[in-house]
Amino acid sequence: MDKTWNNKAWFMVLPVLVLVAFSAVIPLMTVVNYSVQDTFGNNEFFWAGTEWFKETLTSDRFHQALWRNLMFSAIILAIEIPLGIAIALTMPKKGIGVPVCLVLMALPLLIPWNVVGTIWQVFGRVDIGLLGRSVTALGIDYNYTQDPIDAWVTVILMDVWHWTSLVVLLCYAGLVSIPDAYYQAARIDGASKWSVFRHIQLPKMQRVLLIAVLLRFMDSFMIYTEPFVVTGGGPGNSTTFLSIDLVKMAVGQFDLGPAAAMSIIYFLIILLLSWVFYTVMTQAGEERR
Amino acid sequence: MDLSWMAWTWPTALFFIAIFTMIAGMGVWEYAVPGGSPRVGVLRFETTRGDRLFISLLGAAFIHLAWLGFTDMELWWATVISVVYAVAVFRFV
Repeated sequence: MDKTWNNKAWFMVLPVLVLVAFSAVIPLMTVVNYSVQDTFGNNEFFWAGTEWFKETLTSDRFHQALWRNLMFSAIILAIEIPLGIAIALTMPKKGIGVPVCLVLMALPLLIPWNVVGTIWQVFGRVDIGLLGRSVTALGIDYNYTQDPIDAWVTVILMDVWHWTSLVVLLCYAGLVSIPDAYYQAARIDGASKWSVFRHIQLPKMQRVLLIAVLLRFMDSFMIYTEPFVVTGGGPGNSTTFLSIDLVKMAVGQFDLGPAAAMSIIYFLIILLLSWVFYTVMTQAGEERR
Repeated sequence: MDLSWMAWTWPTALFFIAIFTMIAGMGVWEYAVPGGSPRVGVLRFETTRGDRLFISLLGAAFIHLAWLGFTDMELWWATVISVVYAVAVFRFV
């Protein structure tokens, strides 16, 4: 039977289009306009062409911030995704334990980002912080304000503490939606726990894992507030991620042109990587089906 | 309406006119031939016309960035390569 095409339905999408235009498209267009111009204030602009793009693309400062950001995203994905799956697998499926676990898991997600940064900034201090003092008492030389590796460990731990819950909740939602019949069939076949995980739970969680990976990647690639509050991008530039560098350039130095060019490059990298993640993961799901 | 805060220039205006014309053109194409013409091409997964436009535009952006980052030649060459790339994407992807 032929499908009936009713294009009037597109009018229903108009409010969303207007909203997206005002919140995303028009600001992005302004950034594109800034990226090819220079300004010294007073809303006066001078044509600069592609100069800022060339400058950004060949600058060591940008390369280093990009490298740090990619490293950070790779590390937190490598920790948070398996950890989130593992915690979700151990959570109870029925009884009083369910709401208790769900509330406990949701708690870190409810804390504002700058508060998380402040908590970890104090927590890690060697003079008054519980983590800093305990680690130092164990004889480990730890000081996130002076040592780049300590700063990285602190920022990664903070992100894992803050965001693993999101992965857990998404995986848990995927797990509880698996019908019991699958487990019964696996029991009849004498499947091991690993086989159940590999052939039932993991494929069934694939959709939610896609969302988890995308959300965590995009969020970690755009991370700003938490590391800025904890380390301010230091020591030196060791935790200066792209967004921190961008704010320094746009707000601190008022270099709107170079900052706009950097924003566009940053946006394109996020768009490309998200598209690759999305495509690879949805195709993997299609092949499995 | 004062739009001076957006700091418009003719090149950026033309750039956006071109993008919006492409999107409108895709709308007209979809109206004329509904369904998005899905097919499996060289990437070995199904793409629609919209996917192919997205791949073309994203690729064009990176071709221009690579040109700026690695060469000192005129940027028009990158535009020419992008057009060839877009034609190839619409033909083979």
